[in-house]
Amino acid sequence: MALNRWLIAILLLLLAGSALGAVEIREFEDPVTKQRYQDLTASMRCPLCENQAINDSDAPISGDMRERVYQLLQDGKSDTEIINHMVQRFGEYILYNPRLENRTYLLWGIPVVLVLLGILLVVWMVRARRNASATSLSTEERARLDELINRERSS
Amino acid sequence: MKRRLLLFLPLVGFLLLAVFLYLRLSEDPSYRDSALVARNFPEFEASTLEDPDRRVDQSVLTGEVTLVNVWGEWCPACKQEMPQLLDLADRGVRMVGVNYRDTREKGREFLTEFGNPFELNIFDPEGDIGFDLGVYGAPETFLVDADGIIRYHHTGYISPADVSDTIMPEVEKWR
Repeated sequence: MALNRWLIAILLLLLAGSALGAVEIREFEDPVTKQRYQDLTASMRCPLCENQAINDSDAPISGDMRERVYQLLQDGKSDTEIINHMVQRFGEYILYNPRLENRTYLLWGIPVVLVLLGILLVVWMVRARRNASATSLSTEERARLDELINRERSS
Repeated sequence: MKRRLLLFLPLVGFLLLAVFLYLRLSEDPSYRDSALVARNFPEFEASTLEDPDRRVDQSVLTGEVTLVNVWGEWCPACKQEMPQLLDLADRGVRMVGVNYRDTREKGREFLTEFGNPFELNIFDPEGDIGFDLGVYGAPETFLVDADGIIRYHHTGYISPADVSDTIMPEVEKWR
């Protein structure tokens, strides 16, 4: 029992450490802005780290970017303006959701094309199967089927 | 027979994907397209590291092809690339430094110790100029043409080979 308590205490301490993490405390006037801040910082990739959002990264540049997002939100900038502000400086790389444009048509298009191809394939297979089952029995097969049924009944 | 061949489609798809992924493996994952190439050097207003009373803006970078190097005393790779920067200055390239997230004292000590290839150093203690340049770690180097347009962006350490293979050809190209 005592051991269990210790384990729980240690576990809680470990959790507390990870929660302290990278992110500073910010105050927002309204919950909407707070939500926008969280969404924006979760949707941008840290330019220094290979695959971490800026809300999850200890890199100095991520701190600077969070600070800038916060400042721009305080200045009343829209989400699009803030995203453009960042892309202008750090490039498309930072967007977890690449924008739809010439060079990303393939990226966004392939999943759609694949799903359509899958649907076509299913339709094609169902049709093929339906046609196969719809062919009627030849007289020979009919006679053999009757024989089998009759044998079953008489036994 | 034709239907039999169709069964190989998934295998073909798999092989194509495998080749694609294999080729991508050998690429440098830290490589980024710079967002600033072909754009004007961002506007700024700052003092110089050398003289707190001297205010400069983006116009100090125009008139001649200039290599702008973002550095800080705290950055080990900046020390290692100093000999290459001195070499570039010797070859007649106009060099301007951006002293990034540093204190005046430490910045000046750095230049005394490792040499000073820079005509002047723009003092950027808060990293604001760096932010507008999309700098995410020093050293980074920008080639600015005579009209103040960024033409080339080198991220990270400049090796002696980089000087002759990429930097000098780029400088010549925009002169």
